[in-house]
Amino acid sequence: MLSSRSLLSRTARVAGRRFNSTLVVAEHNDDKLAPVTLNAISGAAKLGADISVLVAGANATKVAGEVAKIANVKRVLVAQDEKLKGALPERVTDVILASQEQFKFTSIVAGASAFGRSVIPRVAGHLNVSPISDVTEVHSCDTYSRPIYAGNAIAKVKSTAPVKLITFRGTAFPPAATEGGSATSEDALKTDINVELSEFLGQELSKSERPDLATAKIVVSGGRGLKSGDNFKLIYDLADKMGAAVGASRAAVDAGYVPNDMQVGQTGKIVAPELYIAVGISGAIQHLAGMKDSKVIVAINKDKEAPIFQVADFGLEADLFKAVPEMTKLL
Amino acid sequence: MCDRFGASMRVLVGVKRVIDYAVKVRVRPDKKGVVTDNVQHSMNPFDEIALEEAVKLKEAKVAKEVVAVSFGPTKSQEVLRTALAKGADKAIHIAVDDAAVEKVEPIHVARALAKIAQDEKFDVVIVGKQAIDDDANQTGQLLAGMLKWPQAVFASKVEADGVSHLKVTREVDGGLDTIKVKLPAVLSADLRLNTPRYATLPNIMKAKKKPLDKKTPADLGIDMSAQTETLEVSEPPVRKAGGFVEDVPTLISKLKEKGVLQ
Repeated sequence: MLSSRSLLSRTARVAGRRFNSTLVVAEHNDDKLAPVTLNAISGAAKLGADISVLVAGANATKVAGEVAKIANVKRVLVAQDEKLKGALPERVTDVILASQEQFKFTSIVAGASAFGRSVIPRVAGHLNVSPISDVTEVHSCDTYSRPIYAGNAIAKVKSTAPVKLITFRGTAFPPAATEGGSATSEDALKTDINVELSEFLGQELSKSERPDLATAKIVVSGGRGLKSGDNFKLIYDLADKMGAAVGASRAAVDAGYVPNDMQVGQTGKIVAPELYIAVGISGAIQHLAGMKDSKVIVAINKDKEAPIFQVADFGLEADLFKAVPEMTKLL
Repeated sequence: MCDRFGASMRVLVGVKRVIDYAVKVRVRPDKKGVVTDNVQHSMNPFDEIALEEAVKLKEAKVAKEVVAVSFGPTKSQEVLRTALAKGADKAIHIAVDDAAVEKVEPIHVARALAKIAQDEKFDVVIVGKQAIDDDANQTGQLLAGMLKWPQAVFASKVEADGVSHLKVTREVDGGLDTIKVKLPAVLSADLRLNTPRYATLPNIMKAKKKPLDKKTPADLGIDMSAQTETLEVSEPPVRKAGGFVEDVPTLISKLKEKGVLQ
């Protein structure tokens, strides 16, 4: 009796596991996969279910080829349609819902980027379930940790939602290997994409030869202490010498020194490089939220009391206008 | 110009009472949440921006009426009075018990906003892009999904486009993009959308006379069942300050020793 019951429960468990499946919504620009998708796939792998990746776009086939080689990916769903240009959340959601109708995924996930944050909660609204944002740790298929209050507390939460809608914080998971996978590829279910609701008019992207801020190994950031946009050249020169990406505090963005996509913090980019150099940044709570998981933090500031020194591994109390050029010269 | 569509547009703005952004929060010893008693609270900064945009739409005669709504404890009414002082015409408070406040999820708020937006035929709902307490960044998108309305989230510029559309510039990872959404629509405000005004004393006095409706989730027929259970709230790992180095050459050699610089 006992053994038959345990056999039964084991069968149920195995069957349950077989039917668990995760859909990762790929982010891309119709040419290249966004690196955060690789981090999201690693997060998804921790949920312990088979992983499918949906590539929806005007030129999805190209990116799908790249995705099929990623380790751990079992299946690639390709939705290629001119209407998906610009990855408008309304239209991508239509495709996700059609795939969900077909495969009944137990989790639908993406990286916690502007794209993932736009799409995942919208899909959750359609499905009437509570999403979980910015997950930094997966404890089991339904229990996760995520930072709250600008990273000043960590909440461990259990989701009882029938479908888990999750965004993963990119810096909290290593990127999945881009080789070694052999996923099958198939066309996603055709669906009517509503083009009435919204229209993509265009974009203005900041062009830069420097590494991507969110994934760079070294980041040099400037703040209000730089005093002008022109003075940011000191930061660019140092960053170029180090092969680093350049970030900024909100104060530097608000003052117009640099564009807003360079902002590091609670409401900007979250970074966790090997080395973060904060120059002329006081270290407000909201800025620390975006960089305090960096491996080594350096602060260069002339105010000895600046809060940034409380998290810095190496503090240099100095005038940045002297210290930064000196550093560039010595490297 | 007189029948510019705006003449009749109604805007609903979601505002949340949160711990003030300048407060350093502390985790409670019982690990059930953070300390909120005797802690300075204020309107979520992104909601101030959302409200400011709605009031500006009214001043530009694009909108006719601005209604502020808050879902929370009795003290949320303070935030609504602030919204009224800054230019909202009326306010709706959806009251929950202090004890239940921590169990409110963005989906419950989105359900309430969806109900009000539909029943009272609002054309635009504007919320902040995220609340600085739960950092969820969900309510606007959930709401848009529930209503099957278009969404323009992380907005840094909003303009009327004809009588039935809005043109919105959004802050995205690589820069900015511009989209056109059909009304009715949901917007969420990013930091760069505008600079919120201060409430002046005369306006604070006037706000006391503006209507503030009180409702409960039950009045709206909202399903408040939990889908997320907080098991524990803990302190993040503490970083220790490493101390000062005396000059640039020392800094460089220390970084090389650490292996983070070649």
